[in-house]
Amino acid sequence: MVMKTSEESRPTERAAGATTPWPAEIKLRAAGVDFYYGGRQALHSINLEVPTGRITALIGPSGCGKTTFLRILNRMYETVPRARPEGEVLLDGEDIFSLDVVNLRRRVGMVFQKPNPFPKSIFENIAYGLHINGIGGKGTLAEAVEKSLRRAALWEEVKDQLHKSAYALSGGQQQRLCIARALAVEPEVLLLDEPCSALDPIATAKIEDLLFHLKDICTMVIVTHNMQQAARAADYTGFFLMGRLIEFNKTAVIFKTPARKETEDYITGRFG
Amino acid sequence: MSLRTRWRKFVNVVMLSLTGICALFTVCVLFFILGYLLWYGGKSLSWAFFTHLPAPVGESGGGMANAIVGSGKLLLLASLLGVPIGFLGGVYLAEFGGRTFSFFVRYTTDLLNGVPSIVIGIFAYTIIVLPMKHFSAFAGGMALGVMMIPIAVRTTEESLRAVPLMLREGALALGASKWKTVATVVVPAAMRGIVTGIMLTLARVAGETAPLLFTAFSNRFWSSGWNQPIASLPVMIYTYAIAPYDDWHRQAWAAGLVLLGLVLVANIGARFVVSRGISFRQV
Repeated sequence: MVMKTSEESRPTERAAGATTPWPAEIKLRAAGVDFYYGGRQALHSINLEVPTGRITALIGPSGCGKTTFLRILNRMYETVPRARPEGEVLLDGEDIFSLDVVNLRRRVGMVFQKPNPFPKSIFENIAYGLHINGIGGKGTLAEAVEKSLRRAALWEEVKDQLHKSAYALSGGQQQRLCIARALAVEPEVLLLDEPCSALDPIATAKIEDLLFHLKDICTMVIVTHNMQQAARAADYTGFFLMGRLIEFNKTAVIFKTPARKETEDYITGRFG
Repeated sequence: MSLRTRWRKFVNVVMLSLTGICALFTVCVLFFILGYLLWYGGKSLSWAFFTHLPAPVGESGGGMANAIVGSGKLLLLASLLGVPIGFLGGVYLAEFGGRTFSFFVRYTTDLLNGVPSIVIGIFAYTIIVLPMKHFSAFAGGMALGVMMIPIAVRTTEESLRAVPLMLREGALALGASKWKTVATVVVPAAMRGIVTGIMLTLARVAGETAPLLFTAFSNRFWSSGWNQPIASLPVMIYTYAIAPYDDWHRQAWAAGLVLLGLVLVANIGARFVVSRGISFRQV
């Protein structure tokens, strides 16, 4: 079963240095990560390295722990009362569990499955992150908002309606707004939890395109249910199953020559 | 048609009629009261009612201007006590409470809500009126404020709980602290519900008579400041309705109509505020 991977889809961009060597720079390193919801263990001994400036996809069937793992990376599990990680996660060599959580979340942003804009105007949504991090001044704000909206490929569509409510936008636009909002604080890493699952194919294509262009600005980790999306968009892919990381490699390898049988079974659709 | 089917149909019709009649009766009671008030009260409403002070006993004319202003002053004082405590208490319960402490607070709030208003009156009498050695608007306002607290707490808490987790997570993921998330995202999103709750609380408390009987007492004249006894609509209704003067009876009806009008305006206004649009939406 041949799948078009990100390398095949964009041959021109890949021409220079066509065989990407295993990157030397690792942005996030997880070592021996376990995760517990109360007494129940949800993740078992995850060892994963997220390369800088690339898109890493986490795939796997429902309930395999990929979203759980993603939410450890910016400590969002802390909103759940009896959730508890163990093990080590390093961001540029720093232990994320001892960093100030507010600071961590500014460096590691998140986009959620269902678009969740605030009940404010488009401008205020984007400016929110800047406000709470103490970046102010009307001129600076307006510039920063425009920059984020341009990066999220939304500026042209909303530049004349910045003061309209965010709810006036379509689903796909709202999700791009959420991406712009996350980008406004200039994170080093952007975590995306099934960002297109609530969107139609055209909106999905727009967002995948956008993610490709964001690689210059930040490292991305995307959880997706959709294998074809991982194949299209990601440089590296990790396959999760029942709370374990079964295999992690360049996307082309995972999809064409997977090393583990479970991976091959999942890719070929023997279970899902 | 068999006997069984006939019986089933019969029971159906009987139950439908019975439940319908009871529902109709409920509506009729409200319209009956409203009708009575409109008829008797409407006849006595006049410009004098709103602008004149009560006339000496036995003389006709006069109005309840001081009672209307008095009720306003008492509600203002009650809000100053009830709204901040109720609002912040509700915020605590919805956002920060630990499980056992929250349960305890919620339970005692509900108990406080159930305390009879006259008991609250005696409480305010003992704590405020006796030491001050006179009745006052202050004492009345405090009594009403205490009655406002539990309702304000519960409506604030419910409005805040209705804000979806997604919105909170969106703010947290941007690096907002818990308190900032609550203050800048959750509370504004819940504002409509909170405002409605407070308006309804005010409407409810505006008609309370028992606690005012021995705190604010009453006053035939204007009362200045907060340390004097003050007239209020419910107490005037009480005084006038059982007096032997026809003119006073008419005025009591008018006062009842005005009070009910205030309550209706608050309730309908609250519904209007809510229906203007929803504060938050999910795609």
